[in-house]
Amino acid sequence: MPGGVKLRTEALDVYYGAFQALKNVTASIRERRLTALIGPSGCGKSTLLRVFNRMNDFTPGCRVAGVVEVDGTPLYGPGVDVEGLRKKVGMVFQRPNPFPLSIYENVVYGPRIHAMARGPALDAVAERSLSAVGLWDDLKDRLQESALGLSLEQMQRLCIARALAVAPEVLLLDEPCSALDPVATMRIESLMRELAHDYTLLIVTHNMQQAARISDDTGFLLLGELIELAPTATIFTRPRDRRTEDYVTGRYG
Amino acid sequence: MSKQGHINAQFDAELRSLKEQILTMGQLVDRHVGEAVAAMQARDVERARSVILADRAVNQMELAIDEQCIRMLALRQPAASDLRFVAAALKMVTDLERIGDLAVKMAEEVPHLGEAPPLRALSELPAMAAAAQGMLRDALEAFVTSDTAKAEAVMAADAAVDAWMVRLFGEVQRAMELDAGVVGRGLATIFFGKQIERMADHTTNVAEMIVFAVRGQDVRHATST
Repeated sequence: MPGGVKLRTEALDVYYGAFQALKNVTASIRERRLTALIGPSGCGKSTLLRVFNRMNDFTPGCRVAGVVEVDGTPLYGPGVDVEGLRKKVGMVFQRPNPFPLSIYENVVYGPRIHAMARGPALDAVAERSLSAVGLWDDLKDRLQESALGLSLEQMQRLCIARALAVAPEVLLLDEPCSALDPVATMRIESLMRELAHDYTLLIVTHNMQQAARISDDTGFLLLGELIELAPTATIFTRPRDRRTEDYVTGRYG
Repeated sequence: MSKQGHINAQFDAELRSLKEQILTMGQLVDRHVGEAVAAMQARDVERARSVILADRAVNQMELAIDEQCIRMLALRQPAASDLRFVAAALKMVTDLERIGDLAVKMAEEVPHLGEAPPLRALSELPAMAAAAQGMLRDALEAFVTSDTAKAEAVMAADAAVDAWMVRLFGEVQRAMELDAGVVGRGLATIFFGKQIERMADHTTNVAEMIVFAVRGQDVRHATST
């Protein structure tokens, strides 16, 4: 149901060793909406993004306390299928990170290891995923070429296609445009808007104008606290909290 | 606006300059209204003419402020209270320019008042104009100090000017019904008074924009929705 709650935290605390990166964060991320997380460096926005597919599991000393849910199901605790979770909740990083494989192999890597498809069915997944990110027409005759020969924008599109290939429901994007030039950035922004029709997108961005341009909801974090999470138009025209106001008007940095 | 300055100090300077320009423009149209009323009281057609000529400066200020607002929207991409301030400035400047036009209309009426003895109602117009000008000055002060209580007091004061105009209109209408010889003076009196009443309306718009800029709350048409 679009607009329903897809991701949720309640009284979430995250620690890296003795450092508390998130403090008592309670947030609801709406389904098939694009939600942006903004805030100064070190405010905890990437940490919050990463709890939703347990990427923090790989960080030594990281400890998570409180409720984290996808579709109302807890993500932390015994018996959670972490592989299944990461298939459902995909991730795209700041620097495009294609595997040193062909374009085709990059896209079908996930479906293959999850044994979701084989043979001609894999070809269909590749076409569908590359079409969804606007690469199919350009690359359909170059599928066996190395992904490392693509432009940065194409690489980032490919990484999004790779995430889509395993049929996720949520995409987490950690500053997906920060390595791209302004025109490529606008095209990826436009792609994210389209993807928000079918997927729940949660994006971390340092670019406030990007959050304003593309997101439905915006969350502002400061020193590990979620200060305000509200419709983007509200955050940028009349935020409730003075600290949000100071940040979006460029008075706090 | 927040007390803390912007990281970009140049932006603070631009916002300050915008505020000063609007204040200057508001004071200028206030002066023009005062001059038009003085010309009316003195039946001084030359003085009225100088009010008409002076309006050009008001129009130029409108253009300059508009341009500055558009520049700031394009180059600074203001958000939250800054965005509301610039948006409010764009609208306030239109109302101030209209008040300048109303001063012109008042001045244009002066030759039509003629040499004949004025209707009694005309003697009330300077006080009515003073009330509207008082509203404008309060609105400008509220703008400078971000004082929403004062802005709301300005909005509330508009009803008294409206009622005043209704009363004068009735009085002049009766006078004209009794004596067709006063119709020319009567119409000029009503017309002059109507400009004052409209000045108070535009001042009310300015006050509403101040509340919007400060509180982020749209208080226009509060009774009609």
